[in-house]
Amino acid sequence: MTKKAHISTTINGEPVEFLCENRQSLLEVLRDVLQLTGSKEGCNNGNCGACTVLLDGEPVNSCLVLGVEAEGANITTIEGIAEESRLHPIQQCFLENAALQCGICTPGFIVAAKALLDRNPNPSEHEIRFELAGNLCRCTGYDKIVRAVQAAAKNLQEVAR
Amino acid sequence: MATDARKETAAASAKSNGNGQQKHYKVIGTRPIRHDGADKVTGRAIYGNDVQMAGLLYGKVLRSPHAQAIIKHIDTSAAEKLPGVHAVVTAADLPDLKDKWADLGEGRVNLAHLGANVLAHGKVYYKGHAVAAVAAVNAHVAEEAVKLIQVEYEPLPSVTWVLDAMKPDAPILHPEVYTEDLVGQRISEKPSNASKYLLFEAGDIEKGFASADVVIEREFKTASVHQGYIEPQVSTALWNQDGHLTIWTVTQGSFTARQQTAELLQIPVSQVTVVPCEIGGGFGGKIPVYLEPVAALLSRKCGRPVKMSMTRAEVFEGTGPTPGSFVRVKLGAKKDGRIVAGHAWLAYDAGAFPGGMIGPGCMCVFSCYDIPNYRVEGYDVVLNKPKTAAYRAPGATQAAFAAEQVVDELAEQLKIDPIELRLKNAVKEGAKRVGWPDYPKIGLIETLEATRNHPHYKAPLTGNNRGRGVAAGFWFNIGLKSSASASVNPDGTVTLIEGSTDIGGTRTSVAMQLAETLGIAAEDVHPHVADTDSVGYTDVTGGSRVTFATGLAAYHCGLDIRQQMAERAATLWECKPEDVTFEDGVFKAKDKSISFKELAGKLGELGAPVIGRASVDPQGPTNGFGTNIVDVEVDPDTGKVTILRYTAIQDAGKAIHPAYVEGQMQGGSVQGIGWALNEEYFFDDQNRMRNASFLDYRMPTALDLPMIDTLIVEVPNPAHPYGVRGVGETPIVCPPAAIANAIYRATGVRMRELPMSPPKVWAAMRK
Repeated sequence: MTKKAHISTTINGEPVEFLCENRQSLLEVLRDVLQLTGSKEGCNNGNCGACTVLLDGEPVNSCLVLGVEAEGANITTIEGIAEESRLHPIQQCFLENAALQCGICTPGFIVAAKALLDRNPNPSEHEIRFELAGNLCRCTGYDKIVRAVQAAAKNLQEVAR
Repeated sequence: MATDARKETAAASAKSNGNGQQKHYKVIGTRPIRHDGADKVTGRAIYGNDVQMAGLLYGKVLRSPHAQAIIKHIDTSAAEKLPGVHAVVTAADLPDLKDKWADLGEGRVNLAHLGANVLAHGKVYYKGHAVAAVAAVNAHVAEEAVKLIQVEYEPLPSVTWVLDAMKPDAPILHPEVYTEDLVGQRISEKPSNASKYLLFEAGDIEKGFASADVVIEREFKTASVHQGYIEPQVSTALWNQDGHLTIWTVTQGSFTARQQTAELLQIPVSQVTVVPCEIGGGFGGKIPVYLEPVAALLSRKCGRPVKMSMTRAEVFEGTGPTPGSFVRVKLGAKKDGRIVAGHAWLAYDAGAFPGGMIGPGCMCVFSCYDIPNYRVEGYDVVLNKPKTAAYRAPGATQAAFAAEQVVDELAEQLKIDPIELRLKNAVKEGAKRVGWPDYPKIGLIETLEATRNHPHYKAPLTGNNRGRGVAAGFWFNIGLKSSASASVNPDGTVTLIEGSTDIGGTRTSVAMQLAETLGIAAEDVHPHVADTDSVGYTDVTGGSRVTFATGLAAYHCGLDIRQQMAERAATLWECKPEDVTFEDGVFKAKDKSISFKELAGKLGELGAPVIGRASVDPQGPTNGFGTNIVDVEVDPDTGKVTILRYTAIQDAGKAIHPAYVEGQMQGGSVQGIGWALNEEYFFDDQNRMRNASFLDYRMPTALDLPMIDTLIVEVPNPAHPYGVRGVGETPIVCPPAAIANAIYRATGVRMRELPMSPPKVWAAMRK
């Protein structure tokens, strides 16, 4: 076996160094090496979005990124979404709108919704559905998720005003 | 306190339909934030795959490449020699389970079959069937090691369509399986893939059909679909050096996981502790054990904890889908719309081992209608697919897809509005039904009336290739056993311990019932789902039973606490306990009164701590009825069906947390939409599944759907103090039938095969 790679990166605003095998995905590194288990594995081939993280601000399926590709990157995971003592408005709106049932897809949806609202603060229902189509939820039928993102967009705009 | 229970039951039983008079509740009917909410939106909740511990090894399973084959030889020596490998197991490591049976709560189960599904014993019955397993230092090494296991197979002919499996010349899966009737009498002369024949009859169908003015008979087919939970199965087992086995797993029932594992390993249940982790969806598919016993065997061999998780392909190929089915339904009606005779013939596949969903399929096919003369016949058929598992109202959706389309055709031929026709024949209190005692108080008529009066049903629908469909559906909703205990904290809050694993917010819906009973806020109850050593026996989270039955346990826990608190108040006031009353969270005696919270703060001076406990075994079913209204548009060039508008209507009895009831209705509707329009197992000419990924087994995404509107009808269940009926399963029953009826209105084409995917609709429109 080849030696592990030494990677320097930034995760949730903190400088992080880790060792990983070349074959390990970023998801595997986050979960098994760094104990950041909030990013979930639903398919490990990029189809379900449960492992969504922000890589330099862009939402990516971390199961499709290699750990070694994190070198020099700026990564945000679900663990980095909340503020110090309170939830992010997207998280709060997911709770208030009952937008989760089992909760396994929730971290991926929240990170993907953050990417959407960072780029487009006032999305239409269609834009929300389009942007979140890469995240599968089997419990909710998406209705309450879409409404939670709409509510979060409204809250964030009011805060910004 | 018994008087209180009766009073509350009576109050809750007062008729209400969502607009009428209701008992005023403080907590029930509100929408508090779930107790586990912060953990689940921050990624802190510990699901099965998040379990970590020192010395943890990773296990992987070797699976069959054949749909059916004899295992002639397994050589594990190369795998065992790979550096990093700690243990290898095969079926030879399981105890001999021949002729052993166990009652797993839903009837007697052949343990040899259960064991052979977990690790194939001499023969594989489907592609993906587990053959051997390896534990290694990490998952990558385990995967490499699995590939080094040499298995010599003798491939055999196989079969994956239910009617083919019933043919006389079909390859027989199990030479020991003969067709048996309802009471277990053998009725076939030779071994058969049809393991069970069920027959339910009432009246005289020949006379009934002879008296009918219109008779319609149609045939329907449905493909296998998967539950599709986003979290794959994952289990971690530690067989400690003292012989005790602890399993951290994702299961709908900690106690059934414990019992299945103990029975398969032939060890006492007390030697096993099952710790339920947060669970990422189940829908019925996480009731059977798959990995638990295998991880246990690996751990026993190497003396270290072993975690095993499935890939998505393993989930599709190795865990229970729902049955593929063939259903023939014949209905006869008078000119006035009254249905006088019904005959249903159902064949459901059970997958590789006997014991599928044919029973509920038979009992649900006519469950919405009061039909004086009926015959319902059903076959349970084994074939070369994974062993089926329950999937949300198991067996009912296939039956409704057939019956609700024939009812729609009757309405059309008789020129009666489809809701009116259903109202004319709807079951109500006292009506007879297939396979169960007569109906108690139920809410189908109220649900149908709410449908007829719904703005969606009255709204005009214009435009080409558009149509509106409706359907009605039923699921039993069961009772079964639940236990709970609760302790009063000095700050006036209550800690609740329950055994129902929480898949969709039941911690909160159960806690709310305890809060209501004690007159405190939902947030003042702290619910915890405990392991099998820390709470009394509790049946599975399934059958839409948790909010009903575990809620009932929480209610009785509350009554127990009230009784003890009244005694403490009597000590405080130096009066008799029977002179203390309780109302709206306040204890009173003559001129004295004290709130629950204040009294809780004084408990330290008033004797022993207050701990309530309850265990219940309410007898179901609680009977959930629902309807759907759907508008579709069909693209004549591609056959693609677009859902324009969707409304789900359902009798919840009483909605404890209305947002969660809506969520069940929306989620179930969308699973039903996926089942209706897209989802199916594709098999190649070797009967191997070819679409075992979320890309190729395409479940609905947010972009495929509109908002799903809901209307909750409330006809309280007289068998529950707050009127709860359970809501989880009924929502999946209507969608395929309602959508088929809508497609017919849009195109003039009757779709009698699921899924109604673009190629099939396109081809049907060209016939």
